[in-house]
Amino acid sequence: MTDTLLAGIDGSEDGKRAAEFAAARAKAAKARLVVAYVIEWSPYTFNTPEENEMRHKRREEEIDRAKAQVLDPLVAALKSSGIEVQGLVRHGHPAQVLSDLAGETGACQIFIGRRGISRMAALLFGSVAGTLVQISPVPVTVVP
Amino acid sequence: MRHKLAAALPAFFWTPAALAQEAQEPGIDAVINEAIAPISDAIVSVIFYSVPVFGTQFPLIVLWLVIAAAIATVYFKFIAFRAFKHALELIRGDYTDPKDAGEVSHFQALATALSGTVGLGNIAGVAIAVSIGGPGATFWMILAGLMGMSLKFAECTLGVKYRNVYADGTVSGGPMYYLSKGLGEKNMAGLGKFLAVFFAVCCIAGALGGGNMFQANQSFQQIVNVTGGEDGFMADKGWLFGLVVAVIVGSVIIGGIKSIARVTEKVVPFMAVIYCTAALVIILANITEVPTAFAAIFTGAFSPEGVAGGAIGALIQGFKRAAFSNEAGVGSASIAHSAVRTKEPITEGLVALHEPFIDTVVICTMTALVIVITGSYSNEAGMSGVELTSSAFESVFPWFPYILAVAVILFAFSTMISWSYYGLKSWTYLVGENKTAELVFKLVFCIFVVIGSSMSLGPVVDFSDSAIFAMAIANIIGLYILLPVVKKDLASYWARLKAGEIKKYRTAWLIHTE
Repeated sequence: MTDTLLAGIDGSEDGKRAAEFAAARAKAAKARLVVAYVIEWSPYTFNTPEENEMRHKRREEEIDRAKAQVLDPLVAALKSSGIEVQGLVRHGHPAQVLSDLAGETGACQIFIGRRGISRMAALLFGSVAGTLVQISPVPVTVVP
Repeated sequence: MRHKLAAALPAFFWTPAALAQEAQEPGIDAVINEAIAPISDAIVSVIFYSVPVFGTQFPLIVLWLVIAAAIATVYFKFIAFRAFKHALELIRGDYTDPKDAGEVSHFQALATALSGTVGLGNIAGVAIAVSIGGPGATFWMILAGLMGMSLKFAECTLGVKYRNVYADGTVSGGPMYYLSKGLGEKNMAGLGKFLAVFFAVCCIAGALGGGNMFQANQSFQQIVNVTGGEDGFMADKGWLFGLVVAVIVGSVIIGGIKSIARVTEKVVPFMAVIYCTAALVIILANITEVPTAFAAIFTGAFSPEGVAGGAIGALIQGFKRAAFSNEAGVGSASIAHSAVRTKEPITEGLVALHEPFIDTVVICTMTALVIVITGSYSNEAGMSGVELTSSAFESVFPWFPYILAVAVILFAFSTMISWSYYGLKSWTYLVGENKTAELVFKLVFCIFVVIGSSMSLGPVVDFSDSAIFAMAIANIIGLYILLPVVKKDLASYWARLKAGEIKKYRTAWLIHTE
């Protein structure tokens, strides 16, 4: 069985760079690549009733947009380099979702980009890369 | 629920505004008041028909709500206690399928429904109950709150069970749907349709009045109080305040401006936490007084001194406050809870158990304890309502009235947003779901914000208050007929839960390797 690598993206250049880096590693190791687009979402927010009513529809729209604008073109581009690539869209906390996906897909390594935020910003808003490094069940490569 | 003050103490809030208004524009207010007063009075006297009990008035609608709550409690074999922990696990998301990430969670449905009930009633209404019924009213309030949990469970389960789910995944639910569909299943389609329409009409009236005009008026009174009272700059600027609030409300409900909704979403729970923290600090700072306070609450519940009607008087005040505050039996929250993503309607009912618990057993009790511990309820000045709560907190934190003013306004705002939705859903139930009808209702809702804050329409508000409780008449009749449906679903769910067929996902997440 071939190894599986997992790359997390969020529509930013940093994420794209991480996916491309992971694709190069996958090609060298003849591994399969899973590219996961994580839409940041928490089940513990306070919404208006109308937002709740429309939520299912909005969720479908978010997934379609992520696929059409970011994931599908990226997956197509990576496939052209001759590796096996699978694209996924998930909602949730990025670090938690990627950590869970590593278990689900049997990935042996996770690749993510970083936003290059300051220590203060990381303290206030949290850092996906920092959190993932702490909770991931497999080695994490943070692509600068 | 906060609008109850209007019925409880109409003169308390309306008099100052009425005097101010009469001096400047005797025309419009007076004309509307005179036109509406006879009809309003007649309806109010029917809905809030009270019987004298041991020297105090006992509104029968409170009895109607409390009896239904007691029956639901016994009928579901104290589900509130049996399922208390399981409900917390549901709220935490332990049983939520990870594939449903991004959908409306149990927590979100509960939080949205709570923002419609937690508010001025928890701050001002409790003060009224304790000042009239003495410390013992607290005991009965907690008891009624605990019983209300089972009633809320039933109505929110039905709301999800009989909601409409459309092709694009949007949902519409609430009493109007379970009354018509649920009773239809029981071969009572005619009665169901009648009750549903009756409920919807009352809900629209209640949304425009108690859920809107009363809120606008109360917030404006708070603004006047902190900007120099009747002589201050804002005293005669009700229309201005109303316009500003109407624009903000409109931008959220019509414009769909997310940022404003986002801000209130963050700030309102924050205010609730600040309020409870302040209450806890006061309680802890006076920890030596706590046994005395509890003694006062217990002895006051059964043999109070100086309370009109004695133990019954205290009981009436406590029951009334609980019923008016957590809205169990009114059916409003069922509309908000219906949006949740779940395959098991029972789960949302169980989650909704915590709504009366948080609203009445936690927050109302905090207010009551602060008032009892600081001894503010036995004041010489005869204070009641927000004023009493404010002075109780002020006796420990001198700056608290300002925080309280902000809290009242924000709570009022979030209540308006919630009720605009309840009214809208009832309106579209009656006229059909289309964008034009929705826009018309939303515009009318915004206009009523201005009317509510610029005029002293006591009779109109009394009327809309009674409309909210008229919702309970239709809703509870339907609930009695549909309780067996809920019981059957509960038995099925409970058996599957105990048999391990309904599994936790959270524990599965911890296993990463395969």
